[in-house]
Amino acid sequence: MANLNLVQAINLALIQEMEKDDRVLLLGEDVGVNGGVFRVTEGLHARFGARRVVDTPLAESGIIGTSIGLAMAGLRPIPEIQFDGFLGPAYDQICSHAARMRTRTRGAFTVPLTIRVPVGGGIHAPELHSDSPEAIYSHQPGLKVVMPSSPYDAKGLLISSIRDPDPVIFFEPKRVYRAFREEVPEDEYTIPIGKARVVCEGTELTIVSWGASVLQCMESIEKSSRSIELIDLRTIFPMDLEAIEASVRKTGRCVVVHEAPRTGGMGAEVAAQIMERCFLYLEAPVQRVTGFDTIMPYYKLELSYMPDANRISGAIEDVFSF
Amino acid sequence: MPIKSILKLEIERVSILDEHGNYDEKLGAGLIPDADIVKLYEAMSSCRYLDEVAFKLQRSGRMGTYPQNMGQEATSLAAAYVLNQDDWLVTCYRENCGLFWRGVPMEAILLHWMGDERGNAMPRPHFATPIAVPIGTQMLHATGLAWASKYRGEKQIACTFFGDGATSEGDFHEAANFAANLDIPVVFCCQNNFWAISVPGKIQCSAPTVAQRGIAYGMPCLQVDGNDIFACVYAVKEAAERARKESRPTFIEMVTYRLGDHTTADDARRYRDQAEVDVWKLRDPLLRTRKFMESKKLWDSSKEDAMRQRIEVEVNAAVARSEQIVAPEVSDVFNYTFAELPSDLAQQRDSMQTHSLASEATVRSEGH
Repeated sequence: MANLNLVQAINLALIQEMEKDDRVLLLGEDVGVNGGVFRVTEGLHARFGARRVVDTPLAESGIIGTSIGLAMAGLRPIPEIQFDGFLGPAYDQICSHAARMRTRTRGAFTVPLTIRVPVGGGIHAPELHSDSPEAIYSHQPGLKVVMPSSPYDAKGLLISSIRDPDPVIFFEPKRVYRAFREEVPEDEYTIPIGKARVVCEGTELTIVSWGASVLQCMESIEKSSRSIELIDLRTIFPMDLEAIEASVRKTGRCVVVHEAPRTGGMGAEVAAQIMERCFLYLEAPVQRVTGFDTIMPYYKLELSYMPDANRISGAIEDVFSF
Repeated sequence: MPIKSILKLEIERVSILDEHGNYDEKLGAGLIPDADIVKLYEAMSSCRYLDEVAFKLQRSGRMGTYPQNMGQEATSLAAAYVLNQDDWLVTCYRENCGLFWRGVPMEAILLHWMGDERGNAMPRPHFATPIAVPIGTQMLHATGLAWASKYRGEKQIACTFFGDGATSEGDFHEAANFAANLDIPVVFCCQNNFWAISVPGKIQCSAPTVAQRGIAYGMPCLQVDGNDIFACVYAVKEAAERARKESRPTFIEMVTYRLGDHTTADDARRYRDQAEVDVWKLRDPLLRTRKFMESKKLWDSSKEDAMRQRIEVEVNAAVARSEQIVAPEVSDVFNYTFAELPSDLAQQRDSMQTHSLASEATVRSEGH
């Protein structure tokens, strides 16, 4: 066991998968000599060489498009897109090719790639370095969307993503990168894609969240006298609907928390699923605590935009007072 | 049939004032009047000092991530000097010197990097677009802006700045192709500073010059010494005339060097040798311009000292004004989303200022 932060846990997962499987290679802007702008790929260029840790031209569409080719040829590329806001140029390749390849060729061609993307706000970054686009890619059929909130989960989920036969977008919450450390086994282990984690058990209310917002939820729960169950989805698509259903049937109340904009965010999907599965169990309407339907503000106002413990606590009380 | 060569290519490089202070009298004749070169030097010095101050502001937690311009002042300044005030200047984020010459206030740049959108709303010349952060995207806008001028039958042109890394992005190639094929009066200025964060130029372009990328699109192209303000002025002047008279684009590779880190979040020592930086320090655009002025008796150390004092007052005052600006209203997050705010967003705005979105929704549901 080692006491690692999220950056180190991902780094360890990459090392272990690369040592085990020569088909695994990393590519992206500054992932090589520089070790990535967040140092997630630190030391890997020295360890595995320029053949397997590749500094590419500055071209996101190129990074994903060539990764698709590498994957179709049987390799396991792990492209990095440096920031959430830089996914734009790669959108066409992700959604028009990676996501569709298996379907349109009826399985003759597949694209087993893992796109690593630092995500979300809260680190005083410039514009386009703080976005939360998980709903956009969850809405695109054919993609799996993963977002761990802890070092332990990050390692196990990344290994599962790399080994997954389909394209995975692996969002890494920047705000969690160095927020805390926890024990992470040095031996390899996997966490299944599509399985949520019950962070803490409770009987009166369920909070469903993911990514950095999980930490704000925990803060709010610590302050509350209520018995609250916190579910960290870990995988946003496919969503662990059974876990949500079982918890809400037990508690009868639910608050969904995410940093992404509200309308069409994945909180809406959680609420709709609860309506379909748990309607007669509900004591109150499902509430959402989310980012707003605005452009993510520059950093002076980012904390007003992002859900914090106070807003979450307010929503909890509103549900109980319904 | 014998195979025959059908195209021979040649790229010209323009250098007028070299790093040793040698000046090409013929090429440089009448290019920049003496009084102007002094002003240009002062503008570069002022921009350089702002960089030093901004770096310290970031390190002391008073500013967010900031990209220093150090070493690259001459490129955009030359363009701003040559262009008309109503020509479009379409930049990314390392063109402070040109923007200041154009009249963009220092506070605009400071506020932007202090995480405040109002930096982009400061009173400023209309024809300078806001900083473009996503790499290589703004050249298409420049092409569209210049196209609008052509459409209206006006003589306004556009000049756009981007780095060597940006020429790897698809948008660059699309912009060059549109401009060349649709005869758009736009000047493409590539600041080749050899590094896209940690990735060296050879990963972006393995041809001997970046300039020759223009040839592929059928537009005139050339390379200039980007630390030589005379050469930059020469090239932009020629390109601007071509744009105005013939409605044709030009691609200029300005060879320069980023003396600082990519941004304050970067540490360039991880990926490049100090020896390389030391060589480029000797090629600094400020140093050679000063040597030139001194050789023409336009400048001396007392003038330098006096200027330094003026600059410190000017920059420190801009910083003070920026920091004194009261924090933005949280409602600003919403108020500029659309010309007219949809009712749901108005409710979100109001709820943000009171309690939570959830309380609004609960109140509504209780009302039913």
